[in-house]
Amino acid sequence: MPEKETTKKRSLSVICSKGSFDMAYPGLILANAARMGGVDARLFFTFWGLDIVNEKKIDHLHLNLVGNPSSPVPAMIAGLPGVEALATAQMRKEMERLDIPPVREFIEMLDDAGAELYGCQMALDMFKLTKDDLVPQVQDVLTAMDFMDMSEGAQIIFI
Amino acid sequence: MSLEVDDQGYLANRDDWSQQLAEEWAGKFGLALTDQHWQVINAARAIEGESGASPGLRKISKRSAVPIKAIYKLFPDGPAKLVAKLAGIPKPKSCL
Repeated sequence: MPEKETTKKRSLSVICSKGSFDMAYPGLILANAARMGGVDARLFFTFWGLDIVNEKKIDHLHLNLVGNPSSPVPAMIAGLPGVEALATAQMRKEMERLDIPPVREFIEMLDDAGAELYGCQMALDMFKLTKDDLVPQVQDVLTAMDFMDMSEGAQIIFI
Repeated sequence: MSLEVDDQGYLANRDDWSQQLAEEWAGKFGLALTDQHWQVINAARAIEGESGASPGLRKISKRSAVPIKAIYKLFPDGPAKLVAKLAGIPKPKSCL
């Protein structure tokens, strides 16, 4: 017999604060997993995390190698011109092999899956951006307090 | 019915599956299966049969040619889990 799905509706709020290629994915993957499993999901993009939904940057996010102890490249090399771009290209290729969608496609997938995407008002102001600079899947720009209010009862993850 | 299911309600043996069982379980989830539901369920079952790995929605969407957005409409509230249960295959082993 199929078990009844959990009766209390679970809800997940993900705060994405980092804009590097490698740190864009965890939040997107968690939100997607939530939606696939019937959990409501919303994402709040703040500070550097805005790059993930910035129309001009979304296709050009970069790996962070410098100051990253897990970096596959020695620290002295990592800072040389072109090394991060090369490593990023390598990782993109590997992800393509595993059929992990590029960030823009992932954002579209999340939108299709019914996840809600929001930009952070303060971060937009700070970077002199407006909602028009963001991809169309971002449905609104909010203050942190707005996001808190809509996250009542949700589990919150900060990335 | 003495069907073996795992602790999360997925069918333990894929050979115990039948269309009738899927219809019956779908009813319990409040779903009436249409052709498009079947397109999705059959794709999931086919992928699992070939690869031995229960697929996530991205693979199912590609194989069935039913867009992700439509799959969420067909199977609201956890499509990846619902499709796997109705297809008589284990919980998906994929994050996508």
